[in-house]
Amino acid sequence: MKKLLLSSIIVIIGFTFIGRLSYLQLFRFSPDQILDDPAIKKIYDYPERGYVYDRHGELMVGNQPAYDVMVIPRDVKPLDTLEFCQLLSIDKTSFINKMARARRYSPRLPSVLVPQLSKEDYARLQEKMRHYTGFYIQKRSLRYYTTNSAANVLGYISEVNERDLQNNPYYVAGELKGRTGIEKQYEEVLRGRKGVLHIQKDRFNRDIGPYKNGKLDTLPEQGKEIHITIDKKLQEYGEKLMHGKRGGIVAIDPKSGEILAMISGPTYDPALLVGRDRSKNYSKLHYDTISKPTWDRSILAQPSPGSPFKTLNALVALQEGVIDPSTKFRCYNGFYVGNTKRGCHCGGGVRDMNSGIYQSCNAYFAGTFRKIYGKYPTTDEGMDAWEKHMKSFGLGQYLGTDLPTGSPGRIPNRAYYDRAYGDNRWASSFIISNSIGQGEVAATPLQLANMTAAIANRGYFYTPHIIKRIGRNTGAIDPKYTEPRYTTIDREHFEPVIEGMANVYKYGTGRWVQIPEINIAGKTGTVENFVRVNGERMQLTDHSVFVAFAPVENPKIALAVYIENGYYGSRYAGHIASLLIEKYIKGEITRKDLEKRMLEKTLEHEYAKPYSGEPFKINEYVW
Amino acid sequence: MSGKGLFGRIDWLTVFLYAFLVFIGWINIYSTTLSDQNASIFDFSTLYGKQLFFIGLAFAGIILVLFIETSFFERFASVFYIASLVLLLGLFLFGKTIAGATSWYDLGFFNLQPSELAKVATALALAKYLSDIQTDIKNRKHQLYALIIILLPALLILPQPDPGSSLIYFSLFFVLFREGFPIYYLGILLFIVVLFATTLMFGTVWIAIGLGVLTVLIFTFKRKSTKVPLLPLGITITLSILFSLSVGFVYENVFEQRHRDRFALWLSLEKDEKKLEGIRKTIGYNTYQSEKAIESGGFFGKGFLEGTRTKGDFVPEQHTDYIFSSVGEEWGFMGTFTVILLFSFLFLRLIFIAERQKNDFSRMYGYGVISILLIHYFVNIGMVIGLLPTIGVPLPFFSYGGSGLIFFTMLLFIFLKLDSNRLKDGI
Repeated sequence: MKKLLLSSIIVIIGFTFIGRLSYLQLFRFSPDQILDDPAIKKIYDYPERGYVYDRHGELMVGNQPAYDVMVIPRDVKPLDTLEFCQLLSIDKTSFINKMARARRYSPRLPSVLVPQLSKEDYARLQEKMRHYTGFYIQKRSLRYYTTNSAANVLGYISEVNERDLQNNPYYVAGELKGRTGIEKQYEEVLRGRKGVLHIQKDRFNRDIGPYKNGKLDTLPEQGKEIHITIDKKLQEYGEKLMHGKRGGIVAIDPKSGEILAMISGPTYDPALLVGRDRSKNYSKLHYDTISKPTWDRSILAQPSPGSPFKTLNALVALQEGVIDPSTKFRCYNGFYVGNTKRGCHCGGGVRDMNSGIYQSCNAYFAGTFRKIYGKYPTTDEGMDAWEKHMKSFGLGQYLGTDLPTGSPGRIPNRAYYDRAYGDNRWASSFIISNSIGQGEVAATPLQLANMTAAIANRGYFYTPHIIKRIGRNTGAIDPKYTEPRYTTIDREHFEPVIEGMANVYKYGTGRWVQIPEINIAGKTGTVENFVRVNGERMQLTDHSVFVAFAPVENPKIALAVYIENGYYGSRYAGHIASLLIEKYIKGEITRKDLEKRMLEKTLEHEYAKPYSGEPFKINEYVW
Repeated sequence: MSGKGLFGRIDWLTVFLYAFLVFIGWINIYSTTLSDQNASIFDFSTLYGKQLFFIGLAFAGIILVLFIETSFFERFASVFYIASLVLLLGLFLFGKTIAGATSWYDLGFFNLQPSELAKVATALALAKYLSDIQTDIKNRKHQLYALIIILLPALLILPQPDPGSSLIYFSLFFVLFREGFPIYYLGILLFIVVLFATTLMFGTVWIAIGLGVLTVLIFTFKRKSTKVPLLPLGITITLSILFSLSVGFVYENVFEQRHRDRFALWLSLEKDEKKLEGIRKTIGYNTYQSEKAIESGGFFGKGFLEGTRTKGDFVPEQHTDYIFSSVGEEWGFMGTFTVILLFSFLFLRLIFIAERQKNDFSRMYGYGVISILLIHYFVNIGMVIGLLPTIGVPLPFFSYGGSGLIFFTMLLFIFLKLDSNRLKDGI
């Protein structure tokens, strides 16, 4: 026994070890563990990112070459530092710092020494480069913009971060990815697919040829070009008109739901987010929390729609059969809710639908609104019916566009008021403001433009979208953008409302901005608004809103213009809308003085008011 | 006396096994420490060059040992032992600290690690004491003396701190067991270790329940005629539960966090998968990388100098404690299997040689040699392949390091020298 003890222990240990080693080397081993094998290097072959064209085939976004000066610290031979720094136009200390950083990263791997040289610097450097061993120039591709507008529509690309790497195994550190706009939405189309080469390395880290003869390698797949529905000229013109103003404009082709222009003010040159100063510029834009240039007001801002919303209330009332176009309401320069009077600017008198719309009479629509509720035994049921009609216009919900961001707006419903006031603690007087587009309703400029398109089409709309086609040949786009979405309002009810909207231009609140030879249907809006600055609630100059479509008989464009603190509807929004319509339909502007005024006027003085720290007046009549 | 000279009487099979292991070891040190500045293998500025030099020194040591009179080792065993204790004590004053452990004397060209020397000396001293005509292994007092001989150097090494080397001395218990030390001591030791591990894994309550179930089973399945010794059983169970209770206290209060982490990893104590992964990537980093390297070798291995993880320095301390992972990666299962086989064969051969000794001293020393080599092999490879917690001991004949190689060699060849003289002893 005592003689056998040690021998048996030796045998047991031997079997245990061999068992464990069999598990590790025979069972757990798999021959294709190349993903984490440090000896297989993957080299990526990046396809060129796809170009972006506008609706007429004009190039908006292309690519440009950029040149990075790379260094492999271990290979660097002594050099004339001063001359080299001069060539690179950097000073000596920063050169020394950059070299130290590169060496710290890795003496054997290439680091970027100077990123994104200009073409001129590159040309000067190119012929002298061979004198400097250890340095070389690497070409890469950057976005190139043929326009200085549409920054928020096109979006930008930037290097992938930790989170992207975790969420999507496709990306490798250092690659670029679309962040906003088209670049984000159509990332996979534009990007293509990178090719992968597997290279076997020997123990000195030298390449010794393809791994398994390239069995696992893939070819790059070219990024596709895309055509978007934006009209480059209209977009650029709209942005010029927005100079010095904040707000959003969306123009839609009602016949297809294609977005013709999507303008947000203030905006910026998309080229700012490309190249050497990218991060500096980005910080500047991103941290401007007052004017928020990177916040796309055309699809994200959701103010109360104001008077344009009256047209929908008229349609709902007609559909519900509670009024007909000749039903009349009396305006007492206002109307009464219980004992309180609420004002109206229409001039007073007896209003029918036509004059109610073109004079934008608050009393007329308050009356109409009451009748909608009056039809139902309880306010709750009235509310449900009203909400259903409103939502059929795409309000109070995400529209389902192919834009990577958006806001749902708000159509307040029963649940909303129950939450705000308590169950059965509210009645129609609480919600009467919704009749004139104030109160709790809210909509983005995109939703207003879409609503206008639905009116222009007399009862249906196409989901607004920005993609026209993908690739060189006419490829079909998602069928959900080519199917009409019908509203709950019957076709015959639209004509009286459109007549009222056409009269807005002929006799009403928008008669100042008529365009010769084009019949426009529109509706002004003047939206009261309040802000909180440093904890203090204050009222600012009204927002100027305008929706319109033209021509009335055969609509080609429907748009919504929303100008922050632009005062009454026809003042800024109306002018800009009429200029855009003329530009789009005629291609040129006949009313040069009007155009000049819009290009020159800014609202900076309005925007400065709440931050001036001094008392100020709002809604000043002077231009 | 046979007519053959010294070289005829030496056990060439063992010498061959030894040389083969040293050769494979050096090949792997070469592979792990080769840098891309290609230098000659005799370049002593490289680690593989230095190791070649140490192999030369070890060879000189072999010659020296073989030409020393056999009785010298027995006669001077006590002197060696006391000298090595003095050297160990001297470390507290003159020691050189490397990697946090004060375990070396700086001799200029060479760092001497006296704990390696002490292994040889202790094996000799123990053999000498036990083989003394007056020593009776059944005598409790003599058992105690034997324990002191073993534990004294271990206690001096522990505060260096080098718990791995201290652990080695416990292997000398196998010498005692061979010589008639009651084997149930081993059973008790094993029971304590199992109790310790299971307490950490399941907690004292489950241990108590387990012991209760065990008692019930004993009573259920005992033969009618056998009497259960009630008192010892009761005492055992009580002591076990008390021990189990104290484990929690020791674990939380005496152990340091790094020790707890090692146990947590080894016994999979940490139930939170994320935290366990964290420990695996930090505390268990070495083991994780060495397992990965061995795993990636597969059956045939990647080939000599082709181990990508070895080349990329992914396994820390690969040329010393983790040298076996290089065998695993470059030579595959064929290589690791061969090495395990060679070691097992060497140990069995040494047992065979020890048993054929007519001289008690030679046999006891032989068992000391086997025990010391075996525990190094067991702890080191067990750690490298992820079976045991991380304890830093070298793999005999393989790991880079002068003291280790030279004293392992001396340890072995003193035994071979004794063996070559066995026929003379018999006369």
